Amino acid sequence: MSKNIKLMQGNEAIAEGAVIAGCDFFAGYPITPSSEVAEILSNKLPKIGKVFLQMEDEIAALGAVLGAALGGAKAITASSGPGISLKQEHIGYASMCEIPCVIINVMRGGPSTGLPTLPAQSDIMQARWGTHGDHAIIAITPSSVNESLYETIRAFNLAVKYRTPVMILTDEIIGHMREKVVIPDKNEVEIIDVKLPDVPPEKYNPYNFTSGKVTPLAPMGEGYRYHVTGLIHGETGFPSQKTDVIQNAENWLIDKIYKNIKDIEKFEEFQLEDADILIVAYGSTSRSARQAIMMARAAGIKAGMFRPITIWPFPEEQISSLSKKIKKILVPEMNMGQVILEVQRNACGSKVYGLNIVNGEPITPDQIYAKIKEVSEL
Amino acid sequence: MSDRIEFRFSGSGGQGLILAGIILADAAAIYENKNAVQTQSYGPEARGGSSKSEVIVSDDPIEYPKATKVDYMVSLTQESFNKYISDVKDNGIVIADKELVTDLSKAKGKLYMLDMVKSAREELGKLLGLNIISLGILVEISGVVSHDSIEKALMKRVPKGFEEYNKKALEIGFRLGKEIKNK
Repeated sequence: MSKNIKLMQGNEAIAEGAVIAGCDFFAGYPITPSSEVAEILSNKLPKIGKVFLQMEDEIAALGAVLGAALGGAKAITASSGPGISLKQEHIGYASMCEIPCVIINVMRGGPSTGLPTLPAQSDIMQARWGTHGDHAIIAITPSSVNESLYETIRAFNLAVKYRTPVMILTDEIIGHMREKVVIPDKNEVEIIDVKLPDVPPEKYNPYNFTSGKVTPLAPMGEGYRYHVTGLIHGETGFPSQKTDVIQNAENWLIDKIYKNIKDIEKFEEFQLEDADILIVAYGSTSRSARQAIMMARAAGIKAGMFRPITIWPFPEEQISSLSKKIKKILVPEMNMGQVILEVQRNACGSKVYGLNIVNGEPITPDQIYAKIKEVSEL
Repeated sequence: MSDRIEFRFSGSGGQGLILAGIILADAAAIYENKNAVQTQSYGPEARGGSSKSEVIVSDDPIEYPKATKVDYMVSLTQESFNKYISDVKDNGIVIADKELVTDLSKAKGKLYMLDMVKSAREELGKLLGLNIISLGILVEISGVVSHDSIEKALMKRVPKGFEEYNKKALEIGFRLGKEIKNK
């Protein structure tokens, strides 16, 4: 690995990761606590011949990103709660038209303008179900500044590979905190580039519901002509109301993600071998959980952690198999109970407890430790 | 977690306390190869309002990134002194300015009242650089990083043309810190 180590902010690490991933285009509208992503890319991208656009609002920003992506660009936008609410219309369009893009959500307290400068993890379900209609989404929850950089690179790769919007869900803590980052050289990380289709334009279909493989999105301007619409469409891209086409199109949007879950999933296990209490924690809360687990172990309570890094698709299989061995599960999160719903759905026979703190401060190790102790005595 | 040291710079938005925290974290993380995390907390206002910048330094990996048991706190406004002092450890050290903080009814830990504003006015000619003076004091008192490391980290973040001014502010901080240590 390179020895290029820097003290960096989470938002800065996302910008750095985007550049390493080969990002060609950013469009956005500033909003706390995500603005540094835009600020830093506005400086970096033009210097390397890439495009930075500040748009008139968040909807237009994602619109511009999708346009750029249809032109073959690796494109990204960054926002937070209220801005992500506005983007939902275009997130659905990106899902339906299978346009790769990366969407950063540095989560803050909500609903509405909520708490601009304070952290929350309250957009987990919004990331999954914020736009209407059946669809799948990939979302990633980094828990450190270093991970923010590497997961942004992975987000671009997954977006291109599966032609889907990929969300990075950090929060005000990870976004604004500074810690050490090891900056890789381009040749030290896997980077998936936008490819031309392997068929000539006259044989190209922009969608492929039947082969099980994701067709490369032909960049506009390369001679490949096709139709892009938010209406349900067949493999040529033109709208269709045939029942079999509709069913295939709907199945495909889900299947292309869920049938490749092994490639998309990513998680960390911490001290689970002999654990009697399973903590499921993600993002910044997992840092406190790790410290609380060490406190619990020192006090003789065997706790361990499962930390989803890819939060959507949810690691159903892992939770289900862990719940067969561990009968008490604790889900601490900075919201009123979102990931706990997924855990409950998959943990058959285990008792699932929540620790939900939404007071603008990160959940502390002491708070989680106190809850572990309480659960261990139940 | 026993070697974890928690620093808190507090004051109002615009005093440069976030920058002071970044410089301290940079000195520890990059120039002394320790683990360091810097965080900040502020309100929705662009200027004014209480703000704080925290730095955790440790030889072990740092999980929880915020300060909860503060070893060293600097306070540059009365409001922030009152608001943020409750997390200071009983044997923690609080550094405040004699002119900016006058009501000490909430005091906790070991309190050092120093002449930061007076020194800035007399030796620098203006009040810019109070953040760097307080940084010098904290480094001198805590010994968390060397003078050399903090100076390198400072020079990296100072705009061109202000190197000498900031170096002087840092030296004032070292001196004030030394005086209080030797008392």
